[in-house]
Amino acid sequence: MFIAASLAILVTMGLALVRALAGPTTYDRIAAVNMFGTKTVLLIAVLAFLSGRTDLLDIALAYALINFIGVVAALKLVTQGDFHSSNYKESEAERGEQE
Amino acid sequence: MILDILSWILLLAGGALGIVGGIGIYRFPDFYSRLHAAGITDTLCAMLILLGLGLQAGWSIAAFKLALIFAFLFFTSPTASHALANAALHSGLNPKMDRDEAEAKS
Repeated sequence: MFIAASLAILVTMGLALVRALAGPTTYDRIAAVNMFGTKTVLLIAVLAFLSGRTDLLDIALAYALINFIGVVAALKLVTQGDFHSSNYKESEAERGEQE
Repeated sequence: MILDILSWILLLAGGALGIVGGIGIYRFPDFYSRLHAAGITDTLCAMLILLGLGLQAGWSIAAFKLALIFAFLFFTSPTASHALANAALHSGLNPKMDRDEAEAKS
């Protein structure tokens, strides 16, 4: 049953990867990569039970956190163009001065 | 025995939902409908699969870790979807409407 579940997750990851490669906008790609990461967490969890080594769940836990932070960081990079300012209004003001 | 059957059902339902979400993100026409397919199935797929695994684990440290993973996914997945939709809308990406196509035809 774990093999069936992991195969289903692998098929889903393949479809998400196709969308990440084909996606017309950047946001499509980020959404697909987000989905890919979530499915990776599930795949690691299922493989932990498939191989009987439940220590692997720690890796899935770390991956879940890193995936979310990575998506938010990628979004910030795409929308603001830099990582410099954490204050949205300040960076907007800087951009206004430059223009 | 009953727990085995129950976790079978949960795992297969989770896998099926995952595939549905994958087909959705592959075939839907514009960004917002794709995000809809991905965002909604992600949370429920994760919930069903982790619950199915939790039934296999029983009362152990593994079940606690599964619960932690579930809690993180349950909160971060909708948050990421919301941030994505918000950023896309602010950047000027508009949803594709039926009336746009009608105007384009006329």
